[in-house]
Amino acid sequence: MDLLKGKKVIVVGDRDGVPGPAIDECIKTAGADIVFSSTECFV
Amino acid sequence: MNSVIKGASYILAHTPDMVIHNGTTQTTERIVNPGSEYLVELPGKLRPYDDAMRYAPNQTYIGNLTPDELSAVAAPWYEQKLEDADRFGKMGEIMPQDEFYILMQVCDAFDLVKLEKGFVEEVKPRFEQHPLMDESIIARIKGGVEQSEIDRAIGEDHAEGLYQDGKLVGYVKKSHDVDVNLSAHVILENLVSKASCVLSLLHLTKNTGIDKAEVDLVIECSEEACGDMNQRGGGNMAKAAAEIAGFSSASGADVRAFCAAPVHALIHAAALVASGTYDNVVVAAGGSTAKLGMNGKDHAKKGLPILEDVVGGFATLISKNDGINPELLSAYTGKHTVGSGSSPQAVITALVTDPLDKMGLKITDIDRYSVEMQNPDVTKPAGAGDVPLANYKMIAALGVKRGDLERAQLNDFTTEHGMVGWAPTQGHIPSGVPYLGFAREDILSGKIETCMVIGKGSLFLGRMTNLFDGVSFIIRKNSGETEQTSAVPEEQIKSLIADAMRNLAASLAGEGR
Repeated sequence: MDLLKGKKVIVVGDRDGVPGPAIDECIKTAGADIVFSSTECFV
Repeated sequence: MNSVIKGASYILAHTPDMVIHNGTTQTTERIVNPGSEYLVELPGKLRPYDDAMRYAPNQTYIGNLTPDELSAVAAPWYEQKLEDADRFGKMGEIMPQDEFYILMQVCDAFDLVKLEKGFVEEVKPRFEQHPLMDESIIARIKGGVEQSEIDRAIGEDHAEGLYQDGKLVGYVKKSHDVDVNLSAHVILENLVSKASCVLSLLHLTKNTGIDKAEVDLVIECSEEACGDMNQRGGGNMAKAAAEIAGFSSASGADVRAFCAAPVHALIHAAALVASGTYDNVVVAAGGSTAKLGMNGKDHAKKGLPILEDVVGGFATLISKNDGINPELLSAYTGKHTVGSGSSPQAVITALVTDPLDKMGLKITDIDRYSVEMQNPDVTKPAGAGDVPLANYKMIAALGVKRGDLERAQLNDFTTEHGMVGWAPTQGHIPSGVPYLGFAREDILSGKIETCMVIGKGSLFLGRMTNLFDGVSFIIRKNSGETEQTSAVPEEQIKSLIADAMRNLAASLAGEGR
């Protein structure tokens, strides 16, 4: 669980997969520092 | 009463030169990396019309192949050329680029589209033979101009070129010296959208047999913005397209919601008809030049032809309940709300299980789900995976979580309740609506009884919100009840009033005594 602790993280989510805000919520609990987060549409 | 779906149309225009000159992947590449290998090899990667016409997903889009038949064709589909293929299908057609340029001129109300004299002389006779182009449309074709005028407009006046097989054959000119919203680039994009919308409307008229004068309203649901600097998204592409298609009694309005717009528009249409405001509402959209060749770099890198070489369009007719056609259940829609949350589970709950719970149904009670129906030939080589399959897996996974199906049934669910994707990656075009025409046929033939149509939109791309959007509705076999059969007969109403009057009179007479 310490894998992301204190790390700066860039989040790129997928509209038809797991969107950015959902990834944010998960990795925040692992102690990561989110410096940028977005959801992209690949279609 | 619920409204019904009376028919649908689906059209493509094969526009390979527009891939080079108008697709944003290519126009961006020309700005940031003008000497790139991709731009050099691109012309050699474009498919001739016959290849695009014989491409199985395109034949499916216009109704010549069912989704089940497409799934039996060996993938990748770009390696196959269907022997039994045709420009025209039972739901629409695949129009060649040169005729589409003529249609763009037909749709131009401000003398902004000019075509070269020799080009017009060559293509006009073919266009005139089109079974759906009547005199009013043919009369809008203008005579051609000299090549020198075209060269001057491109070189000196910021016009956008129209190319055929790499040769400059016309231009679209700007409509204002300063206003970027009326630049040649924007006018061209809007005319492409309008022309492909008009072609969809013409095919819808043929497919449904509706008298054009009986259409009350057209709702256009593409992703283009038309307007000027004082009202950039002013809109009403709907009425502009209805005018050319000859829908003389129709008004129009646009619905915008990124790729989710067609499903939003269909819910609007169903509610307007069910409430009695209108009898016949058409929902339609043309396609997008910007998305042509969107994944072209990945396709070229992997040795594929450029598969995103078609502009798409669709139209569907929502009418008063006739007791026959499939009903659109306006009371049981799904919607992803501001507060729904963005996890896949929250999304599928909002779009799929909330409306099912309202009806007391399980996920497996819906025979077919029409989700994002993008063609996997296009998306898989670009790293975006099989989008319909990913959507079906998410629905199935929630079904397992709810106890609607067993974990072991997960894969079977995706084949039994899902379909392979066949729609071009034209944004709103693949979003839920490509199956509507087939769904109507499958329900009328008894193959299925229910279908859920789901549209999703990437609102965050407009940078006004981080939210995603999605809406859904269910269509089902007609119950057979019409307004005539369900309404209280007039005679019964008269009898009830007469009884009430008699009772009142008797009661007054009693009081008088």
